[in-house]
Amino acid sequence: MTEVVATNETILVVGGGISGMTAALEAAECGKDVVLVEKNSHLGGRVSMLYRYFPKMCHPSCGLEINLRRIKGNRRIRVLTMAEVTGISGSAGDYTASVKISPRFVNEKCTACGACTDAVETEVPNPFNYNLNKVKAAYLPSAMAYPQRYVLDPSLVGTAEGEKAKAACKYDAIDLGMQEETVQFKAGAVVWATGWQPYDAAKIQPYGYDRFDNVITSVEFERLADPHGPTGGKIQRPSDGREAKNVAFIQCAGSRDENHLRHCSRICCMASLKQTNYVREAYGDEGNSTVYYIDIRAIDRFEDFYQKVKADPNVAFVKSKVAKIVEDEKTKDVILHGVDTEGYHRYANQHDLVVLAVGMEPSVKGANIPAEIVADSSGFIEADPANGGLFGAGCASNPLDVNRAVQSATASALRAIQVINRVARVEG
Amino acid sequence: MSEANTQAVEKYRNNFLKEVEERVEEGEWVKMCMQCGVCSGSCPFGPHWAHPPQEIFMMIRAGKRDEVLTSDSMWMCTSCYNCIVRCPRKLPITHIMHGLANYAHRLGLAPKGQPTREFGKMFWNNLVATGRVNELKLSLSLYFKDGFSQGIKNAMAMKDVGLGMLKAKRLNPFELFSPHGCKDRKGIHAMLKKAREIEDRRKHLTS
Ligand SMILES: Cc1cc2nc3c(=O)[nH]c(=O)nc-3n(C[C@H](O)[C@H](O)[C@H](O)COP(=O)(O)OP(=O)(O)OC[C@H]3O[C@@H](n4cnc5c(N)ncnc54)[C@H](O)[C@@H]3O)c2cc1C
Ligand code: SF4
Ligand code: SF4
Ligand code: SF4
Ligand code: SF4
Repeated sequence: MTEVVATNETILVVGGGISGMTAALEAAECGKDVVLVEKNSHLGGRVSMLYRYFPKMCHPSCGLEINLRRIKGNRRIRVLTMAEVTGISGSAGDYTASVKISPRFVNEKCTACGACTDAVETEVPNPFNYNLNKVKAAYLPSAMAYPQRYVLDPSLVGTAEGEKAKAACKYDAIDLGMQEETVQFKAGAVVWATGWQPYDAAKIQPYGYDRFDNVITSVEFERLADPHGPTGGKIQRPSDGREAKNVAFIQCAGSRDENHLRHCSRICCMASLKQTNYVREAYGDEGNSTVYYIDIRAIDRFEDFYQKVKADPNVAFVKSKVAKIVEDEKTKDVILHGVDTEGYHRYANQHDLVVLAVGMEPSVKGANIPAEIVADSSGFIEADPANGGLFGAGCASNPLDVNRAVQSATASALRAIQVINRVARVEG
Repeated sequence: MSEANTQAVEKYRNNFLKEVEERVEEGEWVKMCMQCGVCSGSCPFGPHWAHPPQEIFMMIRAGKRDEVLTSDSMWMCTSCYNCIVRCPRKLPITHIMHGLANYAHRLGLAPKGQPTREFGKMFWNNLVATGRVNELKLSLSLYFKDGFSQGIKNAMAMKDVGLGMLKAKRLNPFELFSPHGCKDRKGIHAMLKKAREIEDRRKHLTS
């Protein structure tokens, strides 16, 4: 049974992405006790699934690593993984949270030696790579996963293979009898940082994401470019594995659209600009990118980044929202149809690969948050006094880049600290 | 130039957008267009007409009154609704196109002899005469719109369809001589007149 020691002077942080980690650290380093609840088997969220960061083009791992080290070194932070908040009751200064913890089948004795992986044959889809490839059913979720602890897929339980994995473990770390459990504990304030998910591209019918192999999403493209990704970092077409040297990016795929997401997702222009760099990095002068856009929203300082990409002769810009995509049945090339707003010319342009710059939506929409909360029409949490001691942070509150997500997390941590200080004064 | 047109030019001066907003069906939506291009790219007729919807909306905002109202673009719309279902701003594009066509027609600016317009006029006149569409008369007037001999050719080309309809009792030749109307022809006329009055009042039109 998992024990969680918490009082109404504890801050509950929900979501262990860059925002949740930041909020937890800020609060803990100010001397508050924090319980950090993460649904996945490891911390890091979507950032850990990016190949590089704009604007500096560094690897996300370095930024994350610093935070992970701070978390490891801080005794005030209790991390629960594979855990989901199912209910929050009470009011500011006096909440009770219910958290459902799924079985990992591996306990804290795991040394990440990897023997269990070698012992099993079964493979399961790999969510870290958006299911573009498979992993063994006993696995470490990602190279830099924290906690560095393996996971056993539930499908192994009760099978001979499960027993084989257990037998292979020299450290007695595999416990096939683990059960789902629900724990309840107190908290004085809550930071809700469950982040975002990519909009379901299959819903954008004319783009054929569900019909054409060579139409992929921007998050999948991040994995293609990453050496830890399904292709070992090679930018290849899903249909035939051929090098994708002529890549199209379609902006506002699902965003700024009354039929899909109403809001501008704010980061996808920058994400595509960044990704044109991946094409150049992979193929040099032979790599070509074409960005189809309504308008490029490179906010404030990012303008410089935009200007640099614009100066690259291998990157073309077409001011047009693509009307539809068709597939050449023989070559599996994708042909983009539309009208160029600058001159109203019709085009039918052939590309090797299309990347849909999909929009961001809250991974837990306002209405699904198990507490009373004020959210906007897209489900992002508003800063509203009616939310009491519950504060949205990062992409749960707005579509934000990492820099702004971190700022928003710090702000929420400060608000949560104020609630705790009030509680402490009353009780003290 | 019609009197209605002169009066409209007077009234709106250089503000064509305002004129469209007040006088064209669904015209108040035009300013919501963000010029993304999806409607133009989705329009099956796109390659065959001068100005796709997106461009028409831009021209309205740019005050290109004559170019818009004399254009045949709106008359080419087939009401396929491709544009409406895809427009990210949910503009009722098809309806605006028809609204513009209708407005241009009322001002007497619509292109003369444009086939859709001619058919529209025929259909309307045919309908209001008895309160019921007389399909036989309508097809015949359509066949004969370009003169007698072309009319015979058109009719001959369609004769198998016509005979088939005759056999299936979908076409009654006597309708040509004694067309049957609706029960209350007067009532229909009064209704149409009233509707026109209301429309004119709403659109600030006097004619
Ligand atoms: C294609 C693409 C490229 C990008 N590139 C960049 C870039 O180069 N530079 C940049 O600055 N930004 C970039 N971004 C934006 C960046 O991904 C976000 O700013 C960042 O992920 C926000 O972090 P977060 O912690 O708010 O959310 P997330 O990263 O989504 O983290 C949320 C965490 O909450 C967990 N969670 C979800 N639901 C629950 C639940 N019910 N209970 C418990 N835990 C839960 C999730 O598992 C996750 O770990 C990019 C975005 C996209 C789409
Ligand atoms: S579960 Fe056991 S065998 Fe598997 S990595 Fe951990 S310690 Fe090694
Ligand atoms: S950031 Fe760019 S691509 Fe993303 S929704 Fe906004 S305008 Fe569209
Ligand atoms: S699809 Fe809608 S928003 Fe886009 S150009 Fe056409 S009318 Fe304007
Ligand atoms: S409804 Fe008319 S304007 Fe719209 S796509 Fe069809 S033909 Fe074109």
